[in-house]
Amino acid sequence: MWVRICAGPHSYPLFVHLIFQEKSMATKSHKPKFRLNPAAIGLMPSFILVFIFVYVFIAYTIRISLSKSWMPALQNFALPTPWYGTYHDLFTNYRFQADIRNTIIFTLFFLIISVVAGLFLAIAVSNMSRSRVFFRNLFIMPYAVSFIVTGVIWRWIFNPISGVNLLFKYTGISGLYEKVFGSPLEPDWMTSGTVWGNMNGLLEHVIPGGNVIQAQMGIPIALLPVIFAASWQLCGFAMAMFLAGLSAIPHELREAAAIDRATGFRYYRSIAIPALVPMAVTCTVILTSTSLKIFDLIYAMSGSGIGFATDMPGIYVYETMYKALRYPLGASASIFMLVLVCAVVLPYLLRFNKGTEE
Amino acid sequence: MSSQAVSIVGSSKVSKRVQFWLLCLFIPLFIIPFYVVLSASFKTSAGADVTTMWKLPSEWTFSGVKAAWTALRGNFTNSLLMTIPAVVISSIIGSFNGFILSKYKFKFSNIMFTVMLVGMFIPYQTILIPLVRFLQFIHLYGTLPGLALVHIVYGIPITSLMFRNFYVSIPKAIVEAASIDGAGLVKTFFRIIMPLSIPGFVVAGIFQFTNIWNDFLFGIVAIPNPANQPVTAALNNLSGTQTVDWNVLMAGSLIAALPTALIYLLLGRYYIQGLTAGSVK
Repeated sequence: MWVRICAGPHSYPLFVHLIFQEKSMATKSHKPKFRLNPAAIGLMPSFILVFIFVYVFIAYTIRISLSKSWMPALQNFALPTPWYGTYHDLFTNYRFQADIRNTIIFTLFFLIISVVAGLFLAIAVSNMSRSRVFFRNLFIMPYAVSFIVTGVIWRWIFNPISGVNLLFKYTGISGLYEKVFGSPLEPDWMTSGTVWGNMNGLLEHVIPGGNVIQAQMGIPIALLPVIFAASWQLCGFAMAMFLAGLSAIPHELREAAAIDRATGFRYYRSIAIPALVPMAVTCTVILTSTSLKIFDLIYAMSGSGIGFATDMPGIYVYETMYKALRYPLGASASIFMLVLVCAVVLPYLLRFNKGTEE
Repeated sequence: MSSQAVSIVGSSKVSKRVQFWLLCLFIPLFIIPFYVVLSASFKTSAGADVTTMWKLPSEWTFSGVKAAWTALRGNFTNSLLMTIPAVVISSIIGSFNGFILSKYKFKFSNIMFTVMLVGMFIPYQTILIPLVRFLQFIHLYGTLPGLALVHIVYGIPITSLMFRNFYVSIPKAIVEAASIDGAGLVKTFFRIIMPLSIPGFVVAGIFQFTNIWNDFLFGIVAIPNPANQPVTAALNNLSGTQTVDWNVLMAGSLIAALPTALIYLLLGRYYIQGLTAGSVK
């Protein structure tokens, strides 16, 4: 048995391998033929299961997205004319155009806020001594709670008749605002349909075929509370990643910095922050993929919003499939989500694969 | 250890004091939602007016919590019945895979692992239609075992990754010694590696428990009948009902959040380890 375990790169009997570890590494160039060893067999069941549940299922969804009128009860795989008809319907759809706008705005703001806040919190928390555990646990706490729960709570905190608007009133901010602008400060938050700015004219010139844009391209005000809630929940995650990165800075590097009197701001600028770059990449990839997929939080907090001001592709897919029963359209939107996520995640995973091969 | 190391080079004393007060400014921001939930949960239905959201209850009562518990008890039990087996099984599968991936190198092992890892990142909306058809095919659609199965399969990539990173710290010599003694891969895993993996199981188990308990999308898609759905789905249904009192809704949020929040408060250290162990290194 043990000889077979050692097949593969370790084609020497084990004791040789143990004694001449360096030597056996050096002879890596002569590659033994691929044989199924127990390790490969052991991994197979999981691999096959995940392969079916991920890749085969995705292929099935792609096929449905290319059909004209697939339904669970009536499995009609006939193609529309042209064959990409569903995707054409998807991208000319007012609601889905609003979703693309919302995803871009949401991801941009959410990413900047959570990474910057996470980095600041990590540096400050790592500088605390007695209060460190308290602060760290407090800031990660929201991440352990369900998005549905926090969505339900934030929904009420950003309700126009209660929550934040009451705080504006109590603290006199609203009154001050009224003196300057003539009306009290009572934002509609998620119930607002207003979109700031209008980029449609510009986009029509830049994007070929841009005249199909129907949704107003700008910043929907209703997205701001949602961005806030998401950053609130996930900046603790970013902080945890940066804290792990900070504590992984080698001791010698810190001592060298101390000898060179590179303390305080100088230490962070020249040593700590450059050392955190790999962690920042990981963190950005994970947060971007979370943001592109976001569903629960917004579904519970604001739903689609007025004029789809807070609608997201994730909500669109669910409602198109299971409320409107338009499976091909929902499937095509989900494939669009997959493409976006893969564009962010795959380069990262492939780099990781290369990194472990040595 | 690391606290001393940082203090050699960290910020100056004045700067640290400033940072401390800045951190204190964040405290209310992070506590506010928890405060709103706790104070509203113990208000009477008459006293639970959203226009007095920030006030503490004038009269403390458990009636809201009791009403919410009556509404959510069944779904809370569903969540427990589905989450616990899913956590145990996906952790065991993950530890076996992680052991193989960290201790045995064979051709294509890295490629196979990367192919599996992609499953961790995909938007699950992409696989919902075939997933439902598959569950119908094996007659588990609409059932808790079916939902548990879904969580087990989609939990395999993340648990394998966590255990793979965990087993890096276990010396390879232990595995090699076992194989000299004639123990095969399976025997080595169950006799030698599993007993050494308790910390790994705690970290991965807590992480998976939080993930699976907090899930919403699989819960509403794999189980259409509201009575059989997990507690997150039931809370969202409750929130969409116009007639429900606000104190009951907030108490419901408290109940749905309680298991993961309690685990976090008691075992937060392991949860935080899981957060960073689950990131690809």
